[in-house]
Amino acid sequence: MSGRFDIAVIGGGVVGLAILRRFAMAGLGCVLLERGADILSGASKGNSALLHTGFDAPPKSVELACMQAGYEEYLAIRKNFNLPLLETSAMVVAWSEEEKAKLDGIVEKAHKNGVADVRLLSQLELRIREPKLAGEALAAALVPGEHVIDPWSAPLAYARQALAHGAVIHRNAEVKVAERQDEGWLLKAGALSVEARIVINAAGLFGDHIEALARPSPFTIKPRRGQFVVFDKPAARLVRAIILPVPTERTKGVVLFRTIFGNLAIGPTAEETEEREAGSCDAATLARLKVRAIEMVPALEGVGVNAIYAGLRPATERQDYVIEALKDKNWITVAGIRSTGLTASLGIAQYVEKLYAKNFGKLPKKKPTAIWPRMPALAEHELRAYRRGGEIVCHCEWVTKGEIEAALAGELPAQDLGGLKRRTRAMMGRCQGFNCGAAVNAMLQEAQRGKA
Amino acid sequence: MEKHDVVVIGAGPAGLAVAAELRRRGVKDIVVLDREAEAGGVPRHCGHWGFGWESHRRLMSGPDYARRLVADAAGIDIRTATTVLEFRSPHVLRVHTARTAIAEMEARHIVIAAGARESSRAARSIGGNRVPGVMTTGQLQQSVYLQKLKPFTKPVIIGGEWVSFSALMTCKHAGIAPQAMLVEDAKVDAPWFFPIGARLRYGVPVLTSATGIEILGTARVQAVRFQRKGKAQTLPCDGIIVSGHFVGEEALLNAGALTEFRSTPDGFGHITLLGNIAGPLKTAGRCAAEARAAAAGIMERLA
Repeated sequence: MSGRFDIAVIGGGVVGLAILRRFAMAGLGCVLLERGADILSGASKGNSALLHTGFDAPPKSVELACMQAGYEEYLAIRKNFNLPLLETSAMVVAWSEEEKAKLDGIVEKAHKNGVADVRLLSQLELRIREPKLAGEALAAALVPGEHVIDPWSAPLAYARQALAHGAVIHRNAEVKVAERQDEGWLLKAGALSVEARIVINAAGLFGDHIEALARPSPFTIKPRRGQFVVFDKPAARLVRAIILPVPTERTKGVVLFRTIFGNLAIGPTAEETEEREAGSCDAATLARLKVRAIEMVPALEGVGVNAIYAGLRPATERQDYVIEALKDKNWITVAGIRSTGLTASLGIAQYVEKLYAKNFGKLPKKKPTAIWPRMPALAEHELRAYRRGGEIVCHCEWVTKGEIEAALAGELPAQDLGGLKRRTRAMMGRCQGFNCGAAVNAMLQEAQRGKA
Repeated sequence: MEKHDVVVIGAGPAGLAVAAELRRRGVKDIVVLDREAEAGGVPRHCGHWGFGWESHRRLMSGPDYARRLVADAAGIDIRTATTVLEFRSPHVLRVHTARTAIAEMEARHIVIAAGARESSRAARSIGGNRVPGVMTTGQLQQSVYLQKLKPFTKPVIIGGEWVSFSALMTCKHAGIAPQAMLVEDAKVDAPWFFPIGARLRYGVPVLTSATGIEILGTARVQAVRFQRKGKAQTLPCDGIIVSGHFVGEEALLNAGALTEFRSTPDGFGHITLLGNIAGPLKTAGRCAAEARAAAAGIMERLA
């Protein structure tokens, strides 16, 4: 298999997919190469799924600019895709006098970052808004614009829109060789060869390895592991806002947040690790996270744990994102996109498009008419499929057979269990597959036999 | 809205037994609801022998026992593939079926016999990587007996309860070769001779006092790591069976209109919990026998 494209994106995480979407919609010929069996199988599979305002981002950073542009674009386009938004707001809660003293500075920084509606909450206001928070909560900075989104449906929507605009996505395609040609690159991934004029490195946790195909990498990916604990549904009634800690010099601290799927979660930790392929959890850290959650919300005592996971954030030694165009190399680097990548992805795509126009020529004048694929409603507060009937397969998350079949079909079908779970919520609930796991795996295997 | 004298949630041993006994005592309007496609509950996918002694005084395989319970309840309105989503009010259920979507159903008395499940790897805080190939005994047995799948060939079983040995038998039935049983406690929670049988008959070592268990792998399970006798050990395997640590299927009690149920001194008078949803785990036969014995009390409430 081979082909010649304007743009080749390496990496099918949220950032690569948003970039692919942007260029495909601009009318360029685009291809994406993902090493995993499915898209979103690296850093993008485990994050906290928050839509950030950028109130606490480093001022004047590329990260802040991309987050704020991404935030705006997500809100502007989400309804076209049927993508959800759980409007929660966030609060930076002070649990000691020492922390309380830092709230003014947090509000001031937020205002400097252009997030003008951030304000202080007194202890009384905090109590009224979050009556289940422990009494030790003294005061807070309210960030009305922080919300919760679906971390997988959003990038899947970007992927499907890119496909609708003629882009090509190859999975199980790990780029091992990049040969410089007169006008671009020849990328080789197994039996697959792809020619492209411009290569965009959005390889996430392997960003430095891919960069080394073009030049000695000026950065090293230093993965940062974040462990999470997800509580069962009754917990989601206990807190409304995203509860953020006051950051210290050392760490940003763990966050207590509702998920779009109707749970409450705590995390992430921030641990330096050598892991790149998959994050790992450890019992001691999980226990600490649970204890911390119960300290914050005592009514969580006794609520079951549905899931545990560890995400890996592709940090580098630098503070800011590394986004640059190498004009003489027909190469654009997009690396070091840490925990803010979900929010920033659409903004990063805008930024990269500008870099492209500046360095590699104008984009086509005439843009094709945008096609908007509709995503299935997975959010707990939306009109989910089971409410219109259909056989329920996953009894904890009420996922229907029709939803699973749809995720196994179409242009970008799930190719492994993780991909199927991310597309449907099946097996993500309190029993983790005790009840439906066998049936769901049978459907997956059946679909794969059909393709073979 | 549909109305009934008694609605039983769960067509497992307890639910079917109480329904059959209530009918024998003269209750006519009984409906049994079960979210699975077939009635019978957990015994449906326990392929081995040992069921039925407490309730029928004879030994049967799980599937035979499930069929027997269904036969005992012949003539009762048993609705499978019917999910109770939540309690709308203490007497009204929101019920889902493929055809009707969501409808409401009212009952004078409601029996919740929703059963129990094994705790997941996440609920047990078993660390390591999150990879496919990790499942409970329940999922393994449904895979083997209902879906005819062989999810792995050389797994490790975590747990030392009766059900852990049931997992061992299921493996043998399916041609799966467990590498070991890892028991976190110092002793198994099953008859003392079970570990001997596991080793002699099945060639599977039972390693007690195995702590700090972590699952390793990237795309699939590759090994399990644990501490034993002060030493870290790594055992290659291609799957993990997380067995035991049963918890009641209590979701209905924690959502909708029943959230006050537990804080009420005797629960609600018109709601009875039967079978394995509450208390320590019982055999299927014991669940059925106890459910039968509970019918008289329910009759009094209905009178």
